[in-house]
Amino acid sequence: MSLYEWLLVLHVLAAFLLVSGLVAYGVLLLGGGGDAASRALGPPALALWNVGGLGVLVFGVWLALEVDGYELWDGWIIAAVVLWLVASAAGGRLGAGVREGESVQRIDSARVLLLVMSLATVALLLDMIFKPGV
Amino acid sequence: MVATLRPDAWDLPLFVHVAGAMLLVGALVVVVATMGAALRRGDGADVLTGLAFRTLLLGVLPSFIVMRLGAEWIASKEDVPDDVDWISLGYSISDGGLVLTVIAAVVAWRATRRGAAGPGGMGRAVFVLAAVLIVAYAVAIWAMTAKPG
Repeated sequence: MSLYEWLLVLHVLAAFLLVSGLVAYGVLLLGGGGDAASRALGPPALALWNVGGLGVLVFGVWLALEVDGYELWDGWIIAAVVLWLVASAAGGRLGAGVREGESVQRIDSARVLLLVMSLATVALLLDMIFKPGV
Repeated sequence: MVATLRPDAWDLPLFVHVAGAMLLVGALVVVVATMGAALRRGDGADVLTGLAFRTLLLGVLPSFIVMRLGAEWIASKEDVPDDVDWISLGYSISDGGLVLTVIAAVVAWRATRRGAAGPGGMGRAVFVLAAVLIVAYAVAIWAMTAKPG
């Protein structure tokens, strides 16, 4: 496999981890499992969201530098970074609650934060596939 | 490496396929996490077993359908022969994955009927099936991305 193929596989796998964390947060908040679900899903949701988020950024930037025709200042790449920051800011609040042992269901505006994370992630995927402006 | 562009008409089917696949893997991760926790602790085991079953039924199966419909849609656009390595690998994993998912859902339903006794051996079977599916889909992700052959 070429470096490009490795980077692409790792970038996509990281995106799957990120969405897995998002789904885990979603089930935790909307699935009705109470404290048992909070203990079972909180730590994996936090780890998947953080590792996936870091992976998509690192391998995404590396890909942009590696591939001729893409530049870091392309509109769709700047949009992706902005969406990543929005998703990370919302996810960071939920993650802080998990780290402090707080029940995520009891965090103020947890559902709003989940909605922001979800919309930003869907927009990121649309941006990555449609690449507006390319 | 020079950027290659696919036709715009492929973007929407690809989005449907990838979004379905991401939700599918995410739901399987939730099944592994909840069933794993149900197997470890007695407290709340019935709640977690029920959650794993509902996630299989309302998360894994619907997202599988979305993933597969997107796959058929993008395959019809790309017009790639089915015998290309990465396509045939994807179909094999998808077909086998559906069978394992249905088995896991039935076994998880049986496990929920054990109530406070915990999921027991059926819970372990669901945990292993979901973990195997995650590994298989990781191979599929590699094949779809690197496109060997």
